[in-house]
Amino acid sequence: MVEKASKKRYKPPQTTEDQRRRKTPIYRRVTLSRVLKISALMIFILLALCLISLSVGAVRIHPGHFLDYLFNAVSGRFSSSEEELILFSVRLPRIIFAGIVGAALALGGVVFQALLRNPLADPYILGISGGAALGAIIGIVAGAGAFYLGVPLLAFIGALATVFLVFAVAGGARKTLQDNSLLLSGVVVNAFFSAAILFFLSIVNSMELHSITFWLMGDLSRASAGEISVAAFCLMIGFVLLYAQARHLNLMVQGEDTAEHLGVDVGRTRCILLIVTSLIIAVAVSMAGIIGFVGIMVPHFMRLIFGSDHRLLLPVSALFGASFLIAADTIARIILAPAELPVGVITALCGAPYFIFLLKRKAY
Amino acid sequence: MSLISARNIQFCYDARPVMNDVSFTVEESQIVAVIGPNGSGKTTLLKMINGTLLPDAGQMLIDDMETGRWARRDIAKKVAIVPQETADVFPFYAEEIVLMGRFPHLGRYRFEDQKDYRIVREAMEKTDTIAFASRRFHELSAGERQRVLIARALAQEPKILLLDESTVFLDLKHQSQFLTLLRQLNETQKLTVMFVTHDINLAAQNANRIILLDSGKIYAIGNPADVITATNIEEVYDVKAGIDSNPYDGSPRVTLLNH
Repeated sequence: MVEKASKKRYKPPQTTEDQRRRKTPIYRRVTLSRVLKISALMIFILLALCLISLSVGAVRIHPGHFLDYLFNAVSGRFSSSEEELILFSVRLPRIIFAGIVGAALALGGVVFQALLRNPLADPYILGISGGAALGAIIGIVAGAGAFYLGVPLLAFIGALATVFLVFAVAGGARKTLQDNSLLLSGVVVNAFFSAAILFFLSIVNSMELHSITFWLMGDLSRASAGEISVAAFCLMIGFVLLYAQARHLNLMVQGEDTAEHLGVDVGRTRCILLIVTSLIIAVAVSMAGIIGFVGIMVPHFMRLIFGSDHRLLLPVSALFGASFLIAADTIARIILAPAELPVGVITALCGAPYFIFLLKRKAY
Repeated sequence: MSLISARNIQFCYDARPVMNDVSFTVEESQIVAVIGPNGSGKTTLLKMINGTLLPDAGQMLIDDMETGRWARRDIAKKVAIVPQETADVFPFYAEEIVLMGRFPHLGRYRFEDQKDYRIVREAMEKTDTIAFASRRFHELSAGERQRVLIARALAQEPKILLLDESTVFLDLKHQSQFLTLLRQLNETQKLTVMFVTHDINLAAQNANRIILLDSGKIYAIGNPADVITATNIEEVYDVKAGIDSNPYDGSPRVTLLNH
C-alpha cells in the first residue's frame, strides 16, 4: 500500500516486556497487506498438501511426473496410463472437493460462533448439517437422484428449513438471540432429525442403506465433476458475500446491542449471514455427507493464532479448513489402503483430543 | 429546529409501559443529565435517541428526521452511546475495540487507513487508554474497560454522545479527567452530551439541563436549580433529602437525611 511519506505514521502499540514474559499473544494490527501475506502463506501450505496428497495412496505417483502429466492433459495428448487416470479422474477431483467442503464447514463454524457469540456453536451442533442430511436422505429414498442436483437441492431446503425451525423454537429471529436457547433448540432439533434419519435407515433396502451410512460419516469420493463445479461456485460467491460482512461480524460478537449502536443493521446482517452460510453448508453436506468437528475446531485454532478479527479469520479459516480436510481425507485414504475409512472418523479422532487440549489450557 | 426532539413518546416492553407521553427537546451543545430511580426508563430513553428502540407511539426526531427513517450507519455517525458493559466472549485487543468506532465511516471491503488510526489514537489519548492499547480487552479492569468504550464512542466522531452510567467504575482521577474532557468537547466541538446517572450531585454540577424521570414520565425538566429541589427528590425517590448550594460552583447539592 502506498502512503503519503510526509504524513506522520502512527505506529501500532508496542507489546510490553511484561506481556512478552507472560507469553500472552502479541497484538498485531489487521491490515490488508497482513491479510494478503498470511493468506498467501496458507495457500502455499494448501498447495503443498495437495501435492503430497496427489502422490500418496494405494498407487504411489512420483511428484516429478505431475508436470509431464499436466502438460499432456493440457495439450490434449492423453496417454491414458494408469497413473494419469488415477491422478486426474480420482485423486485431483477428490482433493479439490475435500478442499471445498473443508473451507465451507470452517466458514460455517466462524459465522455461527460469531452470530451466537458462543465458541461451541457450529453447523453440526445447531442441527443444520442434520437438516441437510435429512433432506438429502429423503431425496435418495424418494428417487430425487434421478434429477440433476435433485439431492443437493433437497439438502439445501432441509438446511434452510432447519435454520428457521431452530430460530422459531428459540423464540423468533426478530428478537435478540439468546445464545443458549438457540443452542438448546439446535440440540432438540438435532435429536429429532437423528430419529427421523434412523427411521429412514430402517425402512430402506440394504443397497441404499450402505450408501447412506457411508454418506452419514462423510464421503468425499463420489462427487461428480458437475457437482464439484457447483460447490466451488457456491463457495466463491458465499465467501465474497461473507467477507463483505467481516467487519459486521466483529461488531456482532460484541453483542447485538453494541453492533446496532455502532451502525450495523443487525436484522439484515443476521439474515444475510444465515442464508449465505446455510447455502454453503447445505451444498457441502449434501454432497459430502456429515463431517463433524471441522466447523468447530478450525475457527478455534485460527482464532488462537491470528486473533478474532473476521477480516483475517474468515480467509485463514477457509484455507486452513481446506488444508485440514484434505489432510484428513488423505489419511483416511492411505491408512488402511486399499480399503478406505470415512473421513468423518479421522476428523472426529483429531477433534476430540484437540478439545481436551483446549479445556486443559482453558483457551476456548 | 432542535437537534433532538421527542414528541409524546410511548413505549412498552412486552405490554409493560416504560415510556408514557414523554416530550422534550435538546438543542445543540447542551449537556443534559437524565436522572431517576431504577426502572424509570433512563436507559430506554437513550436507546430511543440512537434509534435502537423505536417508539410505539409518538415521534423521536434527530435533526427533524424520525429515528426509524435513519440508516443505522448514518445515525451511528451522528449519535454514539457508551454502554454499561459489552459481551467479551472472543478475545479482542483494546485498540481493536476502539477501531470498531470507525465502523460507520468505512466502506464495505475497506480497511482502516492512517486517518482512522490517527482518530483512534487521539481518542485513546484523551481517555488515557494508550498504555493498554495492545492488551486484551477482557483482561482489563472494569474502569479501564469503560474508558476503552468511551474511546470507541469518541472514535465515532459523533455530534451527540450518550452515556449510560459511564462514570461508575472510574476512579476519582479518571472521573475528573473524563468530565473535563466532556466539557472541552462540548465547548470546542459543540458536542451534545446526554448522560444517565444515579449521582445527582454529579448531574447538578456538570449538566446545564436535567431530566428527572419517574416511572416512564418526565417528572421535571429544566436547569439543575429548578429540578433538584427537596420536594422533587422526596416525591420521586421516596427519601428525605436536604438541598443546599455547593459552595464551590453554586450548583444544588443533595444530602441524604437518615432518620
